[in-house]
Amino acid sequence: MKFTLSWLKDHLDTDASLDAIVEALTRIGLEVEGVTDPGAAVKPFRVARVLSAERHPQADKLQVLQVDAGDGPLQVVCGAPNARAGLVGVFGAPGDYVPGLDVTLKVAAIRGVESNGMMCSARELQVGEGHDGIIELPDDAPVGTSYADYAGLNDAVIDVSITPNRQDCMGVRGIARDLAAAGLGSLKPIGTSLHLDDVSPVEGSGEAPAIRTETPGCPAFYAQAVTGVANGEAPEWMQRRLRAVGQKPITTLVDITNYVMLDLGRPLHVYDRAKVAGALVARAAQDGEQVTALNGKTYALSAGMTVIADDHGADDIAGIMGGERTGVSADTTDVLIECAYFDPDRTALTGQALALTSDARQRFERGVDPAFLDEGLAIATRMVLALCGGTPSAIARAGEPPVAKRVIRFDPKLTERLGGLHVAPERQARILLSLGFTLGAIDHADAYSDALMATIESDWPVSVPTWRRDIDGPADLVEEVIRIEGIDKVASTPLPRLPGVAKPTATPEQACERRVRRAAAARGLDEAVTWSFVSEGEAAPFGGGAWTLANPISEELKVMRPSLLPGLLSATRRNLARGAGSVRLFEIGRRYLADGERATLALVMAGDKRARGWREGKGVGFDAYDAKAQALALLAAAGAPVDNLQVFGEAGDAWHPGQSGTLRLGPKTVLAAFGIVHPSVLKAFDIDGAVAAVELYLDAIPPKRTQGFARVAYAPPALQAVRRDFAFSVPAELAADALVRAVKGADKGAIVTARVFDVFRKDGETSMAVEVTLQPQEKSFTDAELKAVADKVVAAAAKLGATLRG
Amino acid sequence: MTDTDDLRHQLLSAVEAAATLDAIETIRIEALGKQGRVTQLLKTMGAMSPEERQVQGPAIHGLREAVTNAIAARKAALEADALAAKLASERIDLTLPVDAVPAGTVHPVSQVMDELAEIFADLGFAVATGPEIETDWHNFTALNIPDTHPARAMHDTFYLQQGLDAKAAGTADEKTTFSLLRTHTSPVQIRTMLGQKPPIRIIAPGRTYRSDSDATHTPMFHQVEGLVIDKGITLGHLKWTLETFLKAFFERDDIVLRLRPSYFPFTEPSAEIDVGFTWTKGKRVIGGSGDAQGGGWLEVLGSGMVHPKVIAACGLDPAEWQGFAFGCGIDRLAMLKYGMDDLRAFFDGDIRWLKHYGFAALDVPTLSGGVGAAA
Repeated sequence: MKFTLSWLKDHLDTDASLDAIVEALTRIGLEVEGVTDPGAAVKPFRVARVLSAERHPQADKLQVLQVDAGDGPLQVVCGAPNARAGLVGVFGAPGDYVPGLDVTLKVAAIRGVESNGMMCSARELQVGEGHDGIIELPDDAPVGTSYADYAGLNDAVIDVSITPNRQDCMGVRGIARDLAAAGLGSLKPIGTSLHLDDVSPVEGSGEAPAIRTETPGCPAFYAQAVTGVANGEAPEWMQRRLRAVGQKPITTLVDITNYVMLDLGRPLHVYDRAKVAGALVARAAQDGEQVTALNGKTYALSAGMTVIADDHGADDIAGIMGGERTGVSADTTDVLIECAYFDPDRTALTGQALALTSDARQRFERGVDPAFLDEGLAIATRMVLALCGGTPSAIARAGEPPVAKRVIRFDPKLTERLGGLHVAPERQARILLSLGFTLGAIDHADAYSDALMATIESDWPVSVPTWRRDIDGPADLVEEVIRIEGIDKVASTPLPRLPGVAKPTATPEQACERRVRRAAAARGLDEAVTWSFVSEGEAAPFGGGAWTLANPISEELKVMRPSLLPGLLSATRRNLARGAGSVRLFEIGRRYLADGERATLALVMAGDKRARGWREGKGVGFDAYDAKAQALALLAAAGAPVDNLQVFGEAGDAWHPGQSGTLRLGPKTVLAAFGIVHPSVLKAFDIDGAVAAVELYLDAIPPKRTQGFARVAYAPPALQAVRRDFAFSVPAELAADALVRAVKGADKGAIVTARVFDVFRKDGETSMAVEVTLQPQEKSFTDAELKAVADKVVAAAAKLGATLRG
Repeated sequence: MTDTDDLRHQLLSAVEAAATLDAIETIRIEALGKQGRVTQLLKTMGAMSPEERQVQGPAIHGLREAVTNAIAARKAALEADALAAKLASERIDLTLPVDAVPAGTVHPVSQVMDELAEIFADLGFAVATGPEIETDWHNFTALNIPDTHPARAMHDTFYLQQGLDAKAAGTADEKTTFSLLRTHTSPVQIRTMLGQKPPIRIIAPGRTYRSDSDATHTPMFHQVEGLVIDKGITLGHLKWTLETFLKAFFERDDIVLRLRPSYFPFTEPSAEIDVGFTWTKGKRVIGGSGDAQGGGWLEVLGSGMVHPKVIAACGLDPAEWQGFAFGCGIDRLAMLKYGMDDLRAFFDGDIRWLKHYGFAALDVPTLSGGVGAAA
């Protein structure tokens, strides 16, 4: 919401400086987003009279002017067709900066004739669009004075951000009221800003226009006709203010509606009566009914929306935008002025559904003052009469605006209880009164007296002004008091410490995420954060997206990711494209499945695992075992029982069928998928070379069942462990894990670990060497005992088809 | 000079002159071997008279000891020389590069979330979470934002097709149909109040979504929500909590807050919190009053006293329980503290950026070690 300082001062009688006003606005909740001074750029330019104009001796289109800018004749060469003796315009002297041309003037010879400055056009000074000729001012404009002063350009424009609850401040008057309450002056009667002495209703003579309302979407519809108007250009003062706040002047009638809306927060509409057939009716739209609005676009309406229609059908989208068909033009002679109350909720829903926003909608959906219909109509009619002439009709009123008296019981102690700020009750009462609230018998601000105050019960009956739809409870009144008193006065109050000792504030899941994140970073992986949404194509190999955005920003960000890998693969592509030699990325976040959001860690490794080097020679890439190593280490960090995990296949379509697997706790619980990403997936992501990846399902890790801090009792064995190696010839398809499990299980009392330390394949024969560690307990193994264990190991392996190599 | 002295001189000179271990061994055998000259001399002692032995004995033993020691010393010296020579031949170029164990990094968003958790843990705030795919009711209605509320226009909400389908089929229940991506972390307030009894002190960091994409907005970003529900909580507690938090976060005592009245449907009274900064080398440095010369105010938080309607929507009695809530952009906090200036880079996964702005695995924020990681 923009307004100018002079506009504000038409409503607010104040001596406060611009800075004080700006500071106060922000302090009371009307945040100032910017202050601009349009006059600053044209400050040096002066009003000047052309004394004489002669043809330039060397150029047909140029003239040599003698100009008086207040201190005697100066010679100026000018190319404007309207330059002539007697014209009063705007002069720029050497040294002045011309904003529209981006040049600084200097004395120069133009085709051999000296020129000492320039007569300017509106566009050159950026004060308007005119560029057909130089600015022409009235004859009585004071020569030699500042043009900015003369034209009223030294009027600061203040831009405030109005929060959605403050419809009343979407007009200059509401802002002035708040400032007056904050002690920055007093509110003037309505009229100054409108150039009207009287704002009372005008009871005209002609027949009242035919109007009706048939819908709760328009509880009240008031109108008045004026015949015989002349619709030209609005007066300069009005145009200047509209322009200053970013509104383009159009015609007087349209400008009046815009001006009153900005001045008082009261939207209006003016119809060309000649274009209206029969009565104007506010009614519910029919499904599919079409309307061409003033913006030239056609909208298909649905039932539940409200329109203003005549015998030709729907014309206006009520409270949002007028219709093109009945709009006023320069030729309009008879008008019908509408001042209505449209239901805020319906206006909001209609605007949302049509994706159509307008100044009127912003005000109606927030709820305009329902008690201001007669005044609004009177002001509009009086301005039309004053600026366009004509004869008013009688006033037509259809329906009743919802002006219900709202009383809130308010205990002034609540201000301290909720706001933490002690404000004396009298001060609270005065603040509320100055904002338009009334307290029981004290029915306006000037009526306050201690005697009257004493008659009011401790739970004050506070009546809410009709323009404050946002106020509906005592907490709102606390806010009003505190924001005017000064929220900065609220003193810091330490939050009491909770009793008892400090306990973890993170849940086990959160603590697990933190641990596994740091573990991943410690293992050389860089943490990325990628979008939660991916394209449908990217989601497909990972099971497809279970959740689709109805209004995605783009097709690339359309479905909620079923896996973290697509985002990481895209990041990998970008990194490789930037020339990265090695990419190791991980992310911790959620994957979004049909039945919920799951905590997940994923990682990708691409490019060099080890770059080529002087020691190792050629570089080495990542393989599925690197992925497995990361998966196991991170699962361990996450607290998963890694010793009990088994490797299964079936990682899914996104993976290399022969070089991927899952890590499971029992056959059902999948804790991780790992391996090499399927080449066709990589191709879809435009990645060359292999990518090793892991996806860890943090949600599947069983919670630890331990309690307390004490570990299970343990003493290191006194006797040294014994190692024995076994080399087996195994069937080609035998998994190493199966062999190790069999070996380990051969004598659970003696064998503590078993691991494969060598594998070789030759001539179709596979050989695996297993190192078995035996732990003696009370006394050392005898040779016979060792032999017995070895026999059991060989026998267990034999069950899998493995034979001891000689 | 006796024979013994003569022999001693000869042998010690020979030892001194020996240049190799072999030469030393030869001398040893010559002197101390079975047929060695010192050995022979020792054997002569058996035939001596006691008086003669008394005189000769110490001299001969002394000779043996001197020669033995000299041989050992010379041998050790020669061995040391040999080892030194061997080691010298083993010299390697230690300026050659070594295999670096790759160092990974923690994302600034995660680091700042850990910092927040640490700071607020000290104030007794637990960390709460909630779903990112939310219901209309939790994201809007329960927060006093009805369908028609103009504030909904402020939230450029991402809606989900599945929610729209349920609506079309008439099976949508506002409270249970997951129909949108949460536009703020505030629904966690609702879920917390519904799920646990007061007193409540939580923060809720997480991902949030708005349909917005330009230089300073991304469709996904991070927020942290704070909620305190208790008896007798006022705006003054809110102010202290946020002051304490920002001081701890920026590790500066000169943090100055400016409260500005504002509007959020779910708080009443509401305040935006600005923090003072000074321009230093073209960057905003948090600290000091924004009204000071060369300073300014930066909006960092939205906050307020929880609206009685919100408390009531969660089944609590607003006459008994009251409290405050606040919300803040985590990405923005990270940028202010650690000096990044491009929000979009947060979500690109560029390893060059991650290695520069990321944090070492062991930079774990702790109260004792400091919640901030020094540059």
